[in-house]
Amino acid sequence: MTTEPDSSAQSAEQRGAASATVPPTDDPVGAPASGPTSTGSDQPDHDPVAFTRPAPTTTGKAAVGKADVAFKNLTRAAGLGLLALIVAIALFLVLRATHALGENDGNFLSTQEWFPNQDPPKFGVAALLFGTIVTAAIAMIIAMPVAVGIALFITVYAPRRLSSPLGYIVDLLAAVPSVVYGLWGLLVLAPHMKGIQLWLSDYLGWIPLFSADSVGRSFFVAGVVLAIMILPIVAALSREVFLQVPTAHREAALALGATRWEMIRTAVLPYGKPGVISASMLGLGRAMGETIAVALVLPASFKISWNWLEPAGNTIAANVANGWGEANDIGRGALIASGLVLFVVTMIVNIIARAIVARRRDFSGSSA
Amino acid sequence: MATRIEVTGLTAYYGKFKAVSDVNLTIEPKHVTAFIGPSGCGKSTVLRTLNRMHEVLPGARVEGSVLLDGEDLYGAGMDPVNVRRTVGMVFQRPNPFPTMSIYENVIAGLKLNGIRKKALLDERVEESLRGANLWDEVKDRLNRPGAGLSGGQQQRLCIARAIAVEPQVLLMDEPCSALDPISTLAIEDLINKLKSSFTIVIVTHNMQQASRVSDSTAFFSLEKTGDPGRLVEFDKTSKIFTNPTEKRTEDYVSGRFG
Repeated sequence: MTTEPDSSAQSAEQRGAASATVPPTDDPVGAPASGPTSTGSDQPDHDPVAFTRPAPTTTGKAAVGKADVAFKNLTRAAGLGLLALIVAIALFLVLRATHALGENDGNFLSTQEWFPNQDPPKFGVAALLFGTIVTAAIAMIIAMPVAVGIALFITVYAPRRLSSPLGYIVDLLAAVPSVVYGLWGLLVLAPHMKGIQLWLSDYLGWIPLFSADSVGRSFFVAGVVLAIMILPIVAALSREVFLQVPTAHREAALALGATRWEMIRTAVLPYGKPGVISASMLGLGRAMGETIAVALVLPASFKISWNWLEPAGNTIAANVANGWGEANDIGRGALIASGLVLFVVTMIVNIIARAIVARRRDFSGSSA
Repeated sequence: MATRIEVTGLTAYYGKFKAVSDVNLTIEPKHVTAFIGPSGCGKSTVLRTLNRMHEVLPGARVEGSVLLDGEDLYGAGMDPVNVRRTVGMVFQRPNPFPTMSIYENVIAGLKLNGIRKKALLDERVEESLRGANLWDEVKDRLNRPGAGLSGGQQQRLCIARAIAVEPQVLLMDEPCSALDPISTLAIEDLINKLKSSFTIVIVTHNMQQASRVSDSTAFFSLEKTGDPGRLVEFDKTSKIFTNPTEKRTEDYVSGRFG
């Protein structure tokens, strides 16, 4: 058997070495620093690099070092600045809220009334918090499957001719401020929601949540409007996440005999899960913080209503938008206190989401 | 359960680009057949046509026929999903599912086949991991992530995943190119062991590897970049490496070209 080189690449090199009597003319650098491959006769045979390299690198290092330090300080300042800002916001909220809370005649957490302007003031966040969570939850339940479906269609099912323009459009839609979608939902969709609400109460009325004496400006309508508002951003982020799934994993599933849906379940969804959870948190944050659209839908009643098709309810953010103008000093403090509650709830939800993602960090694929 | 593969008049395209032209060869059952040749000669493309993975890429298509024990993989009514359950594949880069444990990786294919019984799954996991020479190294950490193993172990895990569904043919696309020499040796030993049960086709850039592991060797080449690759010579490995018929084969295996 003839001597076989290890690989084609190596064989090329060996041929080069065999014919090395001819000086390598295609050497792009030709300078001493080009390393051991340049076998020019003006260089000592033993490792010229060790001798020629230090001089340029030390000066280079000093320059790099300065820029490095400057950049490090810049990023550190930004990080610390952000922390300081959060602390300042929290302090501001607490300080402004404390006075109003001290004057409060009712229990802030359990009272379902909002009369901060009367004497003695009486207000509580219970109904507002309930409405915030319910509307945001309805929005998530409606928007998440649709958003993930859109993202999967674009990344997996759509032919390439369709997927690039669709992806572009979704990204574009996500960049439009959500209030635009809110207005559309409010002006175009909400007036036509009566039919579906009646249908729901007719057929699902045996579930208490869907039973209704009359339907109208309900949590359900607010939830649908919110869902429309958060849909583009969640879909765009999910698409981005699914695009990150390595082709190797998708092909691995296909090569095992997976259908396209099985490939999605085996390779795409598990890999994308942390990213989709992050995207949903962003959507949830938007849904909970949305003011105008919700304020225009809900009748601003301070009542914990378990009939989600009936016109009732209010949210923290909507209440701030509604009440700020006519609030006196105590009233503003009360609204700020409710804002503080929203702040805390958002934090808790985010912490839970992060814990879910972290629970299986070893399996996240980030190490692969 | 090993199978003869007859490739007739196979031409593969990527969109308008003709990647390989008119390939004819017969792969013997329970043999190791190696595909060698310079980059771009279409050997990986031909390999991927053998389990219809070629057409997964957008715009890719195939002409000609691939008979698996007489049955045309590209015949009407042939579902690529079923083809891939019969013809398993191991890729160039180890690609265990990062979101799954070692155990889950091995049973991934079985779950697609609807096998749910724990006892049976346990049995097949041990069998497959033993078959892939990996059992002793991972038996105490089956519930750890598959992506936490070394590169060579990951590749053997992928082999275990592929053989767990008991395919008839095992395709390997440069399975050692991302591995160190020790891991490469482990995979080559494994290939020798597996050929008693499977028909194996392996693409490799490493000619020593081809001469070590294979019974038959197919040499592919192309005239110049942009031309379709062609099958130059297909024969017993010993003949290809010592006394090839074609001048081009001799130039390639002796390192004068390529």
